[in-house]
Amino acid sequence: MNIDKKIADDLVANDISFVTTVPCKQLAGVIEEIEARDDIFHIPANKEDEGMGLCAGAFMGGKRPAIIMQNTAIGVTINTLATLIQYYRMPLPMIISYRGELREPVACQVEMAVHTKALLAQLNIPTYHFHWQKDVAELDNILKYTFMCNKPVAILTDANFWGGYGDQ
Amino acid sequence: MIRSEILKDIAPILRDQLVVCNIGIPSQELHAIDDQPTNFYMLGTMGLASSIGLGLALSQPKPVIAIDGDGSVLTNLGTLPTIANNVADNFILLIIDNGSYGSTGDQPTYAGKKTRLEKVAEACGCENVVTCQGEDTGKVLQAALASRKMTVIVVKCDSGNARHPVITMDPVVIRDRFMKAVQA
Repeated sequence: MNIDKKIADDLVANDISFVTTVPCKQLAGVIEEIEARDDIFHIPANKEDEGMGLCAGAFMGGKRPAIIMQNTAIGVTINTLATLIQYYRMPLPMIISYRGELREPVACQVEMAVHTKALLAQLNIPTYHFHWQKDVAELDNILKYTFMCNKPVAILTDANFWGGYGDQ
Repeated sequence: MIRSEILKDIAPILRDQLVVCNIGIPSQELHAIDDQPTNFYMLGTMGLASSIGLGLALSQPKPVIAIDGDGSVLTNLGTLPTIANNVADNFILLIIDNGSYGSTGDQPTYAGKKTRLEKVAEACGCENVVTCQGEDTGKVLQAALASRKMTVIVVKCDSGNARHPVITMDPVVIRDRFMKAVQA
């Protein structure tokens, strides 16, 4: 199974046509796939809170948005999640590279990994964790759930899911 | 001329357009001067008016004016390269540059010192950057709308705020009526 293609296919099948990204090595393939799709407008952001602003605007303009980013971004976007996405009740699927988990080679990444789920829980953000490739089968249902409840929803994807950081 | 006087001047132009308005006193002033369903008031999240405005402009055909401040643009300076590299000809970024953080007590910003946001915007790749004085805002804004070219307007004006109550409208109501106006 090509995970990158499967993720892009699920986004398109759920009518998601506006995707903003801040890169991560683990996400390189899916970002490339999204850039190549004619049915998705891909707009790279310089910082994840900026990306969430773009998504908020796109949603109000009638498009379904999504953001793809690293889990370090949770530290950057807490205010934006609370006072923009949640306060105005907007849907936002967040496909997140969960750095600092099993098979992570960079020690510093663990420092945000240990806070990631706690911060998401504190924000009452529904959170899913993809650890095995087969877990991606849930993505379609998670996207439907996100646009049903109009909430930000986190999908954490760790190095094991991507086949091991740096040795894919 | 201070921001609230500029907003009063341009209210008849704004009334017919989709407007995303910056957090704090700018939104309070616009709300008090001429509340419209076509106004999206930011109640939180400093810095993102231009990003929300760009996302909106890229997603539907109506003209969008994002009213921002120099302090807010400095908070989200990464927005300018994103705007420059994703041209939406229905987007106008109107930066009211009074050289101060108006909502927090008029502390000076770096834009009020050595930094020139119009030059930053140009260096980021924005192709139509217009600088004007507060008195000329209406004329410049109308020209930008008529040009149908993405435009960044930097309005130089004095620091100062009008006294208006905070916006108590529920955020979901602001968002819902705005989305209905977008679709109308």
